[in-house]
This record gives sequence, structure tokens and C-alpha cells, in this order.
Amino acid sequence: MLRAALPLLWLPLAGAGTTEEPTQEPGSPGEPPPGLALFRWQWHEVESPYLVALWILVASLAKIVFHLSRKVTSLVPESCLLILLGLVLGGIVLAVAKKAEYQLEPGTFFLFLLPPIVLDSGYFMPSRLFFDNLGAILTYAVVGTLWNAFTTGAALWGLQQAGFVAPRVQAGLLDFLLFGSLISAVDPVAVLAVFEEVHVNETLFIIVFGESLINDAVTVVLYKVCNSFVEMGSANVQATDYLKGVASLFVVSLGGAAVGLVFAFLLALTTRFTKRVRIIEPLLVFLLAYAAYLTAEMASLSAILAVTMCGLGCKKYVEANISHKSRTAVKYTMKTLASCAETIIFMLLGISAVDSSKWAWDSGLVLGTLFFILFFRALGVVLQTWVLNQFRLVPLDKIDQVVMSYGGLRGAVAFALVILLDRTKIPAKDYFVATTIVVVFFTVIVQGLTIKPLVKWLKVKRSEHHKPTLNQELHEHTFDHILAAVEDVVGHHGYHYWRDRWEQFDKKYLSQLLMRRSAYRIRDQIWDVYYRLNIRDAISFVDQGGHVLSSTGLTLPSMPSRNSVAETSVTNLLRESGSGACLDLQVIDTVRSGRDREDAVMHHLLCGGLYKPRYRYKASCSRHFISEDAQERQDKEVFQQNMKRRLESFKSTKHNICFTKSKPRPRKAGRKKKDGMANTEATNGKPPRDLGFQDTAAVILTVESEEEEDSDSSETEKEDDEGIIFVARATSEVLQEGKVSGSFEVCPSPRIIPPSPTCAEKELPWKSGQGDLAVYVSSETTKIVPVDMQTSWNQSISSLESLASPPCTQAPPMTRLPPRSLVTEEPQAPVNLPSDLRPSFAFPMSLAKAGRSHSESSADIPQQQELQPLMGHEDHTHLSPGTANSHWCIQFNRGGRL
Amino acid sequence: MGSRSSHAARIPDVDSIQRETGFSQASLLRLYHRFRALDSNEKGYLSRVDLQQIGELAVNPLGDRIIDSFFPDGSLQLDFPAFVRVLAHFRPVDDEDHGNRDPREAEPLNSRMNKLRFAFQLYDLDRDGKISRHEMLQVLRLMLGVQVTEEQLESIADRTVQEADEDGDGAVSFLEFAKGNGTFYLARTVSRAKCQSQEIRPEEDSRWGKGWLLKGKCRVIIRRGNDAGQAKQEISISVRLTK
Repeated sequence: MLRAALPLLWLPLAGAGTTEEPTQEPGSPGEPPPGLALFRWQWHEVESPYLVALWILVASLAKIVFHLSRKVTSLVPESCLLILLGLVLGGIVLAVAKKAEYQLEPGTFFLFLLPPIVLDSGYFMPSRLFFDNLGAILTYAVVGTLWNAFTTGAALWGLQQAGFVAPRVQAGLLDFLLFGSLISAVDPVAVLAVFEEVHVNETLFIIVFGESLINDAVTVVLYKVCNSFVEMGSANVQATDYLKGVASLFVVSLGGAAVGLVFAFLLALTTRFTKRVRIIEPLLVFLLAYAAYLTAEMASLSAILAVTMCGLGCKKYVEANISHKSRTAVKYTMKTLASCAETIIFMLLGISAVDSSKWAWDSGLVLGTLFFILFFRALGVVLQTWVLNQFRLVPLDKIDQVVMSYGGLRGAVAFALVILLDRTKIPAKDYFVATTIVVVFFTVIVQGLTIKPLVKWLKVKRSEHHKPTLNQELHEHTFDHILAAVEDVVGHHGYHYWRDRWEQFDKKYLSQLLMRRSAYRIRDQIWDVYYRLNIRDAISFVDQGGHVLSSTGLTLPSMPSRNSVAETSVTNLLRESGSGACLDLQVIDTVRSGRDREDAVMHHLLCGGLYKPRYRYKASCSRHFISEDAQERQDKEVFQQNMKRRLESFKSTKHNICFTKSKPRPRKAGRKKKDGMANTEATNGKPPRDLGFQDTAAVILTVESEEEEDSDSSETEKEDDEGIIFVARATSEVLQEGKVSGSFEVCPSPRIIPPSPTCAEKELPWKSGQGDLAVYVSSETTKIVPVDMQTSWNQSISSLESLASPPCTQAPPMTRLPPRSLVTEEPQAPVNLPSDLRPSFAFPMSLAKAGRSHSESSADIPQQQELQPLMGHEDHTHLSPGTANSHWCIQFNRGGRL
Repeated sequence: MGSRSSHAARIPDVDSIQRETGFSQASLLRLYHRFRALDSNEKGYLSRVDLQQIGELAVNPLGDRIIDSFFPDGSLQLDFPAFVRVLAHFRPVDDEDHGNRDPREAEPLNSRMNKLRFAFQLYDLDRDGKISRHEMLQVLRLMLGVQVTEEQLESIADRTVQEADEDGDGAVSFLEFAKGNGTFYLARTVSRAKCQSQEIRPEEDSRWGKGWLLKGKCRVIIRRGNDAGQAKQEISISVRLTK
């Protein structure tokens, strides 16, 4: 439906481009100069950018439409669909405008459409894999392309000599060689488009794809050499010209690579100094890469190679230098541009094919070319692989070879090159154009369609996505070092030796020069993996929430508690809070009462109502920095709050005490598993040995086994738990309201409106700690501090804050944590008897009133003086070491810096 | 260096070395020349100092450990057969079907397991068959250098050990080490197994789907997950797995 609407949308505008112009031109001079036109139609002034934008829009919309149906896209590669769409659109344009309007212009293609795709692929190329297979890639790219070009060209010439090609195709051997050179190169765009959807294993992918990128140099040289030979005429070609041709191969390829590396160096160096102007970091990446492309193009070197090398070379340093946000920006912009360019290329290919004035058909030539490119590609691959396998540690087997020969797709590069041919010099150009179009369409559509089933049928090893693990990273590094060392011992200067040399050089000089000092200091791959794992843990922790125990995917190091090391990681934090608890259910039993719960409800309600995001609003309209907007800050708050809540729930689930009815599943699963495991333990008398190495449950259990006897008593608490569910929900709603109001009324300064939540928190957590929280925070109930003990409170406030909690997260649900940690960290606090509860209730009530009226009049809040320290701390959160905020800030800031 | 013989016959016991290590005559000859070149005073054996004088090895973070691995059990002299035997670990894995080989015969030095074992003993300093947290920490310190603080290093070590540790003993055993290196995913990839004793039977498991229950000593043929070159790899292991 939408697709049908697209041409309609487009047609009037396209028509406007052609028809409106003449009507307006004569119109304007004829009329007397009007005073002031209210409305003027100025289509021709915006025409070209408008059309470009419109084309991109059409292409993107088409993409959306294609992806509406998963079935279609899983069967048909997107590139096929786009070509077909292009054919349809081209047909419509032809029918309306009576002439083919929009073509894939070689200039546009080489200057604007190709660079983003190549940059994207170069920048995100797995460099390790690329260099590990460099030998194979270079062989296929250089030898393979030369082989393809010469054999195809010669065979076609033979075909013509044999009389299978109609005599109207006037072409000599050189013409056919020229044609062979442009048709022989595997096209990176087409390969990428198809292979990205077929997930073959990485080695196979990098070989085919690397070949398609590198062979550009060969193609360019061959094309230029042949072209100039044709223009000179075969009679005038001297022997030195052949030598020059060979030499130019080296000049073009090495020169292109050199240009790319120079620009990569410049780019890395530039990003080292962008600390104060973060906002232009992504721009620099694109600008310098594009400059590399244009420079190489200008010097008629291999531009594709230049931009590939630029992306490949700069990535490590650029990624280390630019900020995290810039990294994301670079990534997305690059992907967007590349996919956009790719879409347009395929669509324009389809459209260009419609223009029948440009091509002339000859069946013999077309069929012969199709056959030859397939045949010689396969033959070349087999021969080269045979040679390569003599040297490769991991040989390429037959199936790989089949996929490699079948994956030799031709694409837009060939088409653009054939369009560039000069018709006066090469009379058979029209035939070549037609043949190229057919070849491109055949490879992209037929081969693209069938390669997926073929890969499935041949059972080609697919790429496996496994999570990076520290072990893998570490061992990879050790193996590298071992191999390098052994090469040293043996005295053989092989691949590992040079790799090791390069890494030493990089570490000593290049990284020092190109990386920001802060980035260089902490840049390490093992550390990087560790950092990413931590982030992932944190995210999955938030995502999974209470289901932590049931999921084995989350590798919480809740294992046998070692003495706590450092809180550099979320995981460590989790572990710490997880293992610190000990159960004392007797206390809980005595504490429970309806009154307590009521009180707790009140407390949470209050906390929710009193909640204010305590931020100072900066005037933020800088063009050079992106300031977090309110939404983002709130997101962060919500994240942190969630984090803490999950922490809490994790802790309680871990100890098999469930506090909400809304999460019955994990509880049951956990208990069931536990029981089952306990049985096995009983029978086997030793910890169960599992085959899976992702299995953490078993390990968790070994910790829990000591609490086995407690679980029974905790089950009796289930009824009480239900009361708490209600509490939790109510507060979260209130919290939302509070937040909204808080964000709407722009507090000019935190001093004017004192953040009463903290005030309430300061007292109320005690209640909650005794009351509803007792169930799951039961661990520390042995040592509950009475509320009225202000002195001990004041002492403990710091310890409360030192618990991982941002100031903003001291909102209701979070307050469960503070009391707990407070108690744990303050052993001298007197034990609270259940009877102590009563007196402490009065206080919150009065607070409640204050809290409610707080939003209107905040001045009359009791204990104002007690707020001061907190407020003070809030003003310079990053400075005060003992505060909650600083704790979390360190966690996340450090992460952000890395 | 001076006495460049072009004949492999000059090497003592060339045949037995060749049989044991699988090196060709030409490579043995090359290695022999290298051995002689490293041997500074024509002693006929290599000492630790000889290896330490290789400049590139000095900058290798694992250089010392690798030198140590050439001198097992605290010996001070390294003769040519021992030299070659260590290096034989680094020959490419033979492609012949190991399934037909006599299981009692010793595994070739260049088998995948022996390669791994070689790497493993670089970690395992006290040779107790386990990489303890402390040993992991030492390796990490070498690998990471001074770029991170001590406590960060410790948490990385913790994390690394935990990641690989499956039986909860706080250390990485060789089996766990091998698994961590993707050598075999036992639970998923056992395709065929020859049992010397006891039983082996398929089992349906809630977590792994169809799996195998191996009991007793088994020779399993497994499909390696992440190696591009070989679809099948046979490794003989003796595992006692109780589920």
C-alpha cells in the first residue's frame, strides 16, 4: 500500500521539476514587477537538493516497507528488492517523462555514494581477522582479479573469433580485455549487502569481503591501463607501456594505502586534542576520511584502498580518544550513511537499467560473459586455494571454496566503470553496458537469492556469536606472546614476530603520540573486555530485575565470598551487598505487625510525595557541549533507582526471602532449583559438576546451602509479603507523580526549596527498616537502631550515604537499603527491641504533614538544620568523599572515562 | 655457526628425534643450526642465559616463563632433543584421523591438548594442575603492565577465575582452561564417543536440551565450534562426569 503511494508522492514533484520551470520562466518577466508577492513558488531554486532528499526518503521508506514483512526479507536480500524497486520506479519515470531521467551517474557514485560504504566497512573491519588472513586476501584480490580479467577478456575475444558474438559488436582483443577488467572485480557493496545477511563464519567473510575491498586497486589499474591502451590503439603500445602498467599497479595500490595511513595518522592526532570541543569529534572522523578518499582520487590512486586503510588504521586511536557519546555518534552516523548510500545505489542501478537508449543487446556476448565470469571465478578460486592451503595453518576446505566462488558478486562499481567508457573510442560500449547490467543483475539477484539456501544446504559453518570473555581475551594475548617468543627462540621472523614487533612499536611510540594521555594509560584490551562485561552485567541486572536467580545468563560473582577486594565493578558491588547479609528470622517474626506496615506505607507515600530531583539548573545553550537534558537526568535517576532496587531484590531473592507477590516465579524457581540441588548434594556428597560452563546456579548454591534451614521459616512470611507488594507499588506511583511535579516546578536553587525527601528519609527508614523491610532485610534486624537515637543516627548518616546510592536515589523504594547498610556498618548500634517501635511512629506522622505541605511552603520543615549537611553535600557532590553520590559517581564516571 | 653442515646426519639421534617430534629432516636441520647458533660457547647444550640473550625475548612479557618451560624440573641444561621436543608443541596439528590411532599410544606433542597443556603450564607456576587466583593475578600483571591499579587488577583476576571456574574451587583446572579456549563444548558437541568402560547415554536436560551423560573413561569425538578449518576434531579425554 505504502509502496504504491510512493510513486504518487513523487510523481507530482518530479513532474514539477520538468513542467513547472518553463511556465514560471516566461511568467515572471512578462508580468509587471509586483510589489510584494504573498506567495511565490520557487521550485527550481531548491530543485536539486530537494530531489536528492526525496530520493533518499523514497529509498528509506522502501526499506521500511520491505522490512514490514519478515518473511520476505529473510528470503530475499534487500539488495534484490531495491533493484526491483528501482526497475519499477525507472519504468514509471520512463512512462511519465518519456525519457530516462535519473541515472546512476559515475561521478555521483564515486564521489558521494561509495565513500560512506567503504569507510563504514573499513572502520568496522575486524582488524585482527583481516591481518591474520592478509595473505589469502591479497592473493585473491591481486592474483584472482588479474586472472579473472585476463581470462574473461581473452575467452570473450575467442568467442568472438569463433563467431558466437554477432559481428556488429566491434571490439578487438584490447576492448575485451578492458571489459574483462571492469567486469572481473568483485564488488564490495554487493558482497557486503548479501554476505551480511548470510552469516557465514568470520574467516570466510573476511576473505571474500577483504578481497572485494582490496581488489579495487587492481581494478582501477587494469581499467586505466586498458583504457589508455585502447585509446592509444594497440599498434602504438610499446613494451615500456606494459612495464608502466605493472609499475602503476604498485603505485596505485601502495600509494592509495599510504594516503589512507597518512590521513589516519592525522585523524588520530587531531582527535587527541578535541577534549574541549567534543561536539566536532564525529565530524572530524568523517571529514578526514573523506579527505583521504578525495586525495587518493585526485592523485588517481586507489581511493577505496585509501579510505579502507584510513578507517582501519585510525580506529584504535580514535576510539580511545573520543568520548563515549562521540563514539556512538560516529557509529550510528557511519552506519546510517552507509546503508543510505547502499540503498540508493541499488535503487539507481535498477532505474538505470530501464534506459534502453544506452544499451544494445547481444545474446552471445551476454551469455558468454555470464558463463565465463562464473567459470573462471570458480577455477581461479580453486587454483589459488590449492596454493594457499600449502601455507595456511587452517586450510580452506571445499565448501569454503564453493561459497567463495559463488559469492563473487559484481555490482555498481562495474556499472559505473562501464558507463564511463568513451563511446567514440570503444564502439562496442553499448553492448558492454547491456552485458554489465545483466551480469550485475544476475549476480545480485540470482546469486544473492540462492546463496542463502546454498550456504544452508552445504552446512557452511556459520559465525557464532559468543560473548567475549575475559579468559578468551587473556589467553589470546598469552598465545600471541608465546608464539612470538617461540619464533624468537627458533630465530624465524614470521608473522607473529612482526606482529609482536609492531605491537611493541605501537605501544612505545605510536600510542604515546596519538592517544590522549588519559586514554593511553588505561587502554588495554583485557581491561576493555572487563569493563564491557561489567557494563553488560549492570544492564542485564537492571533488565532482569528480580529474575536474577533464575537466569544463568547473569554471571554474578556471588560465589564463595572472598574478602572484598575493590568496588571497581558493579559485579563486585553486587557481590558485596549480596554476601553481607545474614538471616535472623526470629526478629522479623516479632517485629511484624499491622501497624508497622501501615507505618511503612505512610513512609513510602511520604517519601514519594516529597521526592524532588535535586539538581541545579544550569543555563545550557552551548553549541559545543551537549548538556544532559532533564529527561536524560531523570532517566539516569530512574536507572540508578532501579539498580538499587534490583540490588535489593537480588539480595533478598538470593537469600530465598521473597518480598513481592509480583515475582513469584523466580522465588519458586529458585527454591525448586535449590531443593533439587540440595538433593544432589546430599546424594553425591559433593558439589554437582555440571557440563555447562555458564552455569552459575550451582555455585550460588554452595553459598546458600548454609541457609537451608532458614528457608522454611522464611516461607511462613509469605502472607506478610503480600502487604509489602502493595506498598511497593503504591510508592512507585507516588514516586512518579513526585518526580513529575519536581521536574515541572523548576527549582532555581536547591537551597530555597530544601529537599525534604532526605529529611523524611532520615527518620523514616528506621521505621521501614523495622516494619515492612524486615522481611527481606531481615539479615540485619538484630541490630536495629532506635529512631530517636539521634546521635547514633548522626554518626551513621555517613555510613548510610557511603552505601552505593546517589542522592537522588534516596527516594522511597531505595530507602530500604540505607537502614540496612547502616546497621551492618555500625556494629556498636544498640539492638532494637520490637517494643521500641511504638514511640518512633509519632515522628514520621508529623513529618508527613510537613512533607505534604512541602511543595507549597517548604520553609517550615522541621529539622531544617539537619538538612544543611545534606544540602551542602549536594552542592559539591563530587568533592565529599563519604557521600552516597560520590560513591556511585565514581563507579560510573570511572566507567565513562575508560 | 662456523660448522655449517648441510647434512642432517650430523645431528645426534636424528631418527629417534624425528619419530618423536614429527619434524621433517629439513626443519630439524634448521633447528639444529639455530641451536648451535644460540649455544654461545659450543657447550653442546643451552643454558638459561643463552636464551635470555635473545633480545626480543627480553621484551616479551612472558619471556621468562617461556624460557622456564624449556627447562623443566629445574634442570639447567637443555640439549638438542629436549629443545626440539618443546618446539614440537608448535607444529601444526596433524590432519590424519585420530580415531584410528591406538588409544594407548601417547598423544603426539603437537596435538591440540598438548598445545593447550603447554600454555596451561605457563600459567600454572606451582604445577598443581590448577591456576589459582594468585597465579592468574601474576599473569594478568604481566599482561596488563602498569596501566591499572592493583585493586582493579585483582578484581579482573577474580572475574577471570570465576568466569572459567566451574566446580567452584576458586581455581581454573586444565579442563576448565581448555573449555575456556573453545576447544570443546562438551555438552553440545559430542557427536560420537568410544567408551573404554562404563556407560555413555544421551540425556534430555532442561538446560542443555539433548545432551550426553558420560560416565567412565571415554574417547569422544567432538565438533569444534569456532575453528574455521576443521569441522571435526577428535580429542581423547578421560573424563569422569557425574551429573
